[in-house]
Amino acid sequence: MKKTVFFGALTVAGLTAGMASAATLDDVKARGSLNCGVTTGLVGFAAPDAEGVWEGFDVGVCRAVAAAIFGDPTAVEFVPTTGQTRFTALASGEIDLLARNTTWTMSRDVDLKFEFVGVNYYDGQGFLVPKALGVTSAKELDGATVCIQTGTTTELNLADFFRVNDISYEPVPIETNAEGQQQYLAGACDVYTTDASGLAATRATFENPADHVLLPEIISKEPLGPLVRHGDNEWGDIARWTLNALITAEELGVTSENIEELAATPGNNPEVNRLLGTEGELGAQLGLDADWAKNAIAAGGNYGELFDNNIGENTSIGLARGLNAQWTDGGLIYSPPFR
Amino acid sequence: MSTLTDPPKPGFRLSQLIYDTRYRSITIQVIALALIVAAFWWLGNNTVNNLNALGKDFNFGFLNSAAGYDINQKLIEYNNQMSHGRAALVGILNTLLVAFLGCIAALIIGVFVGVLRLSKNWVVSKLMAVYVEGFRNVPLLIWILLIGAVMSESMPQPREFRGENATQSMYFSDNVAVTNRGIWIPRIGFTNSVSGEEAVAPVEGAAAVASGGLDWLLVLGTLGLSLFAMRLVRQRADRIQQATGERPTTWYQRLGLLIIPVGIVLFLLGATIVSPYLKGFNFTEGIHLRNSLIALWFALSLYTGAFIAEIVRAGILAVSKGQSEAAAALGIQPSRTMNLVILPQAMRVIIPPLISQFLNLTKNSSLAIAVGYMDVRATLGGITINQTGRELEGMLLMGAFYLALSLVISGGMNYYNRSTQLAER
Repeated sequence: MKKTVFFGALTVAGLTAGMASAATLDDVKARGSLNCGVTTGLVGFAAPDAEGVWEGFDVGVCRAVAAAIFGDPTAVEFVPTTGQTRFTALASGEIDLLARNTTWTMSRDVDLKFEFVGVNYYDGQGFLVPKALGVTSAKELDGATVCIQTGTTTELNLADFFRVNDISYEPVPIETNAEGQQQYLAGACDVYTTDASGLAATRATFENPADHVLLPEIISKEPLGPLVRHGDNEWGDIARWTLNALITAEELGVTSENIEELAATPGNNPEVNRLLGTEGELGAQLGLDADWAKNAIAAGGNYGELFDNNIGENTSIGLARGLNAQWTDGGLIYSPPFR
Repeated sequence: MSTLTDPPKPGFRLSQLIYDTRYRSITIQVIALALIVAAFWWLGNNTVNNLNALGKDFNFGFLNSAAGYDINQKLIEYNNQMSHGRAALVGILNTLLVAFLGCIAALIIGVFVGVLRLSKNWVVSKLMAVYVEGFRNVPLLIWILLIGAVMSESMPQPREFRGENATQSMYFSDNVAVTNRGIWIPRIGFTNSVSGEEAVAPVEGAAAVASGGLDWLLVLGTLGLSLFAMRLVRQRADRIQQATGERPTTWYQRLGLLIIPVGIVLFLLGATIVSPYLKGFNFTEGIHLRNSLIALWFALSLYTGAFIAEIVRAGILAVSKGQSEAAAALGIQPSRTMNLVILPQAMRVIIPPLISQFLNLTKNSSLAIAVGYMDVRATLGGITINQTGRELEGMLLMGAFYLALSLVISGGMNYYNRSTQLAER
């Protein structure tokens, strides 16, 4: 940990940042695959299945972007990142896109020099406690031991919440969700706190999910979304409009089932035609093929399908759409028009 | 008589730079220097360019902004409204704490095991061999994780201590609680504290106590003076022995000097033992040794202790057999031979490699992240970097800290090394 680290850090910073400054799309095309940063494993959002194939809601975004560029949703290298390593990985160019339940905050957008391309899940921070504890409100947690992932916004929200309510707590810093789960189940902490969606996903993997409750308090706004590096606007556009394409597809009723049919010939809805590339030149404007959005949607379905298949009410995670319903259904999910 | 021809003028040709051994070494050094300078320039230039490309500047202003996160183990006052610099300092002190505790424990373990491994008792020496080979041949990280997992998985939860028919009870007449969140041990509070801190009653109905730095300074200062006085007594005994051959019995004087002054100071300050007790979710009062500290401390000490044991064994074996035979011939008891003859000579061999083991232990303490111990790597090098995006600055500061700490340790140990070296005439 002496001079070598210093030089090593300089070298790494120098070499990787050198890569980062080139056009990301060209790099990705030359490489033949997209490097996508995901969690180290959070069922429903990003986790490898029994065959080692990554799947989940965030993984769906990665696959859609890869499909939009290459027409192949499997042309993705998944890079597992922790709460602490994710930003360095993105800033250094190790990954091209970070889709890892990352909260959009001003300082991350402005000071850390990242570009959030949209919100794919509106979340808030919650608390998970064992039922046996008999706690019904987060304000009763005075003196509790709380497991918290380091390097997250939840860590800061937690500090704020306990300070505002003038109660004390003992933080147990953990690195990954798996570690948090182990510590929580062993009883080394009374409470596990992170985004409510993550808590629901974690609880779904417990042996007895019914023995644990989510406290009613949601103590923060956590708009989670994919992000890219600041400075390469063309690349940011591709990620942003791929996400928008998934959202618009749900709004327009384009699903992975009827997409082949709709894309074969121009139909009578011009917005569907523009989205699927049978009319206009939206793909060329992004520097992609005309059927980019069709490929992205066909990869894992539209936004609603991704939600229902990975984290929706029919899965073990069982999250309701809530704020994440389409704006036409009273939710916040809203894409600018394809025009 | 033919005339003598002048020796040929040694004209300097460029090829001599390569083929002439007188110049070649200089040539190579100049080229190497140029390459190193070029490499540095390239690295520096690259860093500056890429920071510009990312739109980042290089400044340490982030150290003054509010940290916003909490730290569980803090040796100095800290809350989440204090600065990142303060958080880094809390982390530095935690690193120093675990490095200090680890070095002491590793030294004690190492000396014991190293001596015992040379024991003539077959069982003892083989047991020590198993310890040494077992610990030094398994990666440190695995020991840290293993001890951490054993602590958190196999110990009882605090809530199991609660209620009329609790399934767990505290040890040493309700003074020590061993839980899966760490171990709570009693602390000493002062009813007549001079530190100026506000006295608080640990339990309702008990006398109010405080324990400030000034109180401990008084106690430790008294202890230091006692130790100094004990040394004077010993030196006097040495002088009398030199002069008369009779050594006066001093153990009761020294014991008295050790205990009585400290006892008086503690009594005047009104020292009382404050035991931990269960309150709410956790135990409160007392000193909380967190799982992370225990796992890291034990793993570092046991791991490094195995290496130190081998160094000690090598040092003892390096003292020639004639020394112990001579001691036996002079009638020195075998038990005193080790302390008076063998170890002082072995120290000369032991100390230099011991320095690097201490340095290893200190630097290895940065593995703290595995069990969530909040050392400088976790605060400055982890959360602060993550929240502020100042990777380069944070890493440089952390590197500078470890460099400085290592230099201080090796400086101190080298000073001690010189004092034990053979004074050659």
